[in-house]
Amino acid sequence: MKPLRLIPLMIAFTLVSTACGGGSGATTAVGSTNTTGSMQADLLGAGASFPAPIYQEWIGAYQSVEPDVSINYQSIGSGGGVEQFIGQQTDFGASDAFLKDDEIAAAQAARGCDPIHIPTVFGAVAVAYNVEGLDSLTLSGSVLADIFLGTITKWNDPAIAALNPDVTMPDEDIIVAHRSDGSGTTSIFTTYLSSVSDAWKSGPGAGKEVEWAAPNSVGGEKNDGVTAQIQQNPGAVGYIELSYAMENDIPIAKMVNGDGNAIEPTLESTAAAADGITIPDDLRFNILNVGGEGYPIAGATWLLAWKCGYDQAKADALKAWITWDLKNGDDLARELLYSPLPDSLQEKALAKVDLINSEG
Amino acid sequence: MSVSMARSLRDTGRNASRRKRKDRLVNGVLIAAVVLAVIPLAMILFEVIRRGAGAMSGEFLSSVQPFSQRRPGGGYLQGLVGTVYMVAIASILAIPFGIGAATYVVEYKQSKLSPLIRFFTDVMTGVPSIFVGLFIYAILVQGKLGFSTLAGGLALTLLMLPIVARSAEEIIRLVPDDLRNAAYGLGARRWQVVMKVVLPAASNGLVTGSMLAVARAAGETAPLLLTALGAFTIVPELIGKPQSALPLLIYSEARGPYEAAHARAWAGSLELMLLILILTIIARTISRRAKAK
Amino acid sequence: MAVADSLSGRRRGRLRADTTFRLILGFAGASVLLILAAMLISTTIQAWPVFRHEGWSFVTSSVWDPGTSRTEITGQYGALSFIVGTLVTSVIALIIAVPLAVAVALYITQAAPKRVAGPLTYTIEMLAAVPSVVFGLWGLLFFVPSVLRPIMDFVAGTLGPFIPFLGGPVVTYNYFAAGVVLAFMVLPIIMAVTREVMANTPEPEISAAYGLGATRWEMMRHVVLPRARPGIIGATMLGLGRALGETIAVAMLIGGSQRISDSIFRGGQSMAGIIAVTFQEAAPENVKALIGVGVLLFVITVIVNMAARLVVWMTGGHLAKEQNL
Repeated sequence: MKPLRLIPLMIAFTLVSTACGGGSGATTAVGSTNTTGSMQADLLGAGASFPAPIYQEWIGAYQSVEPDVSINYQSIGSGGGVEQFIGQQTDFGASDAFLKDDEIAAAQAARGCDPIHIPTVFGAVAVAYNVEGLDSLTLSGSVLADIFLGTITKWNDPAIAALNPDVTMPDEDIIVAHRSDGSGTTSIFTTYLSSVSDAWKSGPGAGKEVEWAAPNSVGGEKNDGVTAQIQQNPGAVGYIELSYAMENDIPIAKMVNGDGNAIEPTLESTAAAADGITIPDDLRFNILNVGGEGYPIAGATWLLAWKCGYDQAKADALKAWITWDLKNGDDLARELLYSPLPDSLQEKALAKVDLINSEG
Repeated sequence: MSVSMARSLRDTGRNASRRKRKDRLVNGVLIAAVVLAVIPLAMILFEVIRRGAGAMSGEFLSSVQPFSQRRPGGGYLQGLVGTVYMVAIASILAIPFGIGAATYVVEYKQSKLSPLIRFFTDVMTGVPSIFVGLFIYAILVQGKLGFSTLAGGLALTLLMLPIVARSAEEIIRLVPDDLRNAAYGLGARRWQVVMKVVLPAASNGLVTGSMLAVARAAGETAPLLLTALGAFTIVPELIGKPQSALPLLIYSEARGPYEAAHARAWAGSLELMLLILILTIIARTISRRAKAK
Repeated sequence: MAVADSLSGRRRGRLRADTTFRLILGFAGASVLLILAAMLISTTIQAWPVFRHEGWSFVTSSVWDPGTSRTEITGQYGALSFIVGTLVTSVIALIIAVPLAVAVALYITQAAPKRVAGPLTYTIEMLAAVPSVVFGLWGLLFFVPSVLRPIMDFVAGTLGPFIPFLGGPVVTYNYFAAGVVLAFMVLPIIMAVTREVMANTPEPEISAAYGLGATRWEMMRHVVLPRARPGIIGATMLGLGRALGETIAVAMLIGGSQRISDSIFRGGQSMAGIIAVTFQEAAPENVKALIGVGVLLFVITVIVNMAARLVVWMTGGHLAKEQNL
């Protein structure tokens, strides 16, 4: 048990005892922003499981800031998040795959105004595996693509062995674990694979849901399900958000990035990956062609909100919560190995938050 | 049958002992089959009790889920409330309709509608529960009710209705005609005979059948996935917010990798099974006491 | 009834009460028909664009590539993988459950001491009270990884090389795992109906067999089983109907991979499973396709159930107590 885990536990203990105590009016602000603890609203959000751990921590911590704002976040996968958001079933959505142009058009048609993308954190998609006796593993993008295409089927394949000269790879079948639901994590992962493997690009391609070609594969729902599948299947390899791997002590692979460096996914390498990328105005971007000390499979995750259509109390509560997350949530994010936004991007994100309900 | 059997029975001596051995062997096989059939139930009950009781506590029964699945502690209170709420709605709708339909089938059996209703009630018991949820989702959830207690309750109603109707039909059918004829003989009208004689006579069986349907509805997951969705807190609203349920919580916490979530799922299963067990036992006790009369 | 109808007209007021009463009850009864019709018709109408777009490839193609359009059908929807998943797990369940159920029913009706028969029947029927999600949880977290996985590894290791569909590599949650747990879930209904049918074997024939000097097994084989065979078939079909529609336990154990696997030790997805797992994220055109899968499942299940009840009814079994299962 890492000692740093005590902090979230203490926060959880506080919030549980607050909940049991019926939520007293007194609040202690966590952080320095103005909190009056007087807002009252019910917010429903649904979407990505990639950031779910940090969103849930933020929601838990925010309870002490605004005890009468109740936020229900259902982790159902990015696909579900986008669909329920466009379908007007939720107040905000969450997705690691930004809305495509046709989804934006559909959203505009559904609500009558624009959806807003607010990036919250960067996360790493870790390649986790379950091979007995294998403590370390290095993979390259094209080898990873071949594994997931089913062209490489055994752990002692020469291509893998070449990348791991100090280790004897076992003669075991590779079981590929992937998402069975529509997933932003899949989107980040397959966008990466498309950028490093032509076979992948012309085959399954990138997206929240793709055709998984490997013959020995298992599907899991959300990051949680894939993690469980990796744990349950000897010989398995799968892609999950870093914090899920850390939480469950699952070994992860080093990936060779654009500069040829084998990088382990960590808080630092995630932050380094986002260094120097150009960000368009609508804040929809992919993190690709990572070099230096950056981990190559990283992505941003967004909260989705609308420019119109909320009643004022909800809009205020939503804006306050997201602002609090961006300004006060950094420490909690780092706890769980999500890299907070660099200052320049954070400013742009906060500007987007102001747009919520700006058209009434 | 008789020829082949007569042939094998023709001799005694060596053949007789071989036949006896075969008989004992088969008896052993049958007993082995019984043991094999009973083992799963024993295993499930054992695991649910062992792991569920280990995770069960006063806190579990009285608090809601922690905000994050990976955190230990908390409980399924919002699921218990949601289950009771939605099953209550379903019972209020399904039981009168089901008993009404059954009464029609038995008391007006000469009508052309009656065999149709009977047949299609049978058909309806076989409808996959996911399909019921899909129907409510497609018709009522999208754009209208949204994910809500009411949507979940309606889905459970559709599930309970044929079960109540079929069991009620069998019970009402069992009421002896003598009772009916005696009432008619006294000058009662049809509705009086049914309401004041037949249904009261059948009441024990009707209660039993209804409670078994309620127990079944309490354990359903699939229809609620598409209609109630799930919630982290206790939801008193009928519409406007998604609702939680015990089976939904067990389903979502079982499939992730977190030990804490698994522990709660086992405790939740114990809670759910105790609920169902209590309902089933009450139902069967009522029925047995009725038979003993 | 005739007595009631012959009462004189001065009770017209009461007659109105009677008519009203009949209408109310008739409405309750008709509501079953109306709901069923509404379910079938409205879902078919919603799914129709997908059916028309795909044609027969809806059931013959295994390419399931949902689109994201809100107005038209742009994806490909071939449900074959899910049909195969549903059928394979149901068949595995029946292969295990039917012999067990017949054996247990034989024991209970012919061989068990009186004081064992009752409690034993009750115990097996208790299995039916266990909710699907608890079966799924137990299978997922205990039975499949701890008990079944070693068995699967063993079989795949020894028989796998010779029999392709028993071949490795083994993934923990697969057709076989779902099928075995499904077997436990359908066991009660098959056993209950079979027991009913066997209990109806005419006493004289049983006595006659014993009178001729038959052993108990010979009596079972020559008297009880032949007579019960149509009933067993009916019971099996009822079990099949139940297995086809089972959603949660199968979704938790079948592997979630949307492919057709060539070995029972690898996984796939079932019809009910794909609906449960993907509906929340399904764009409108995808929802229509999922509704289409639901309609398909509904039609298949209903046909199987109707045929089953016909068979059982013809052989004199009574389903009164069993509809709780």
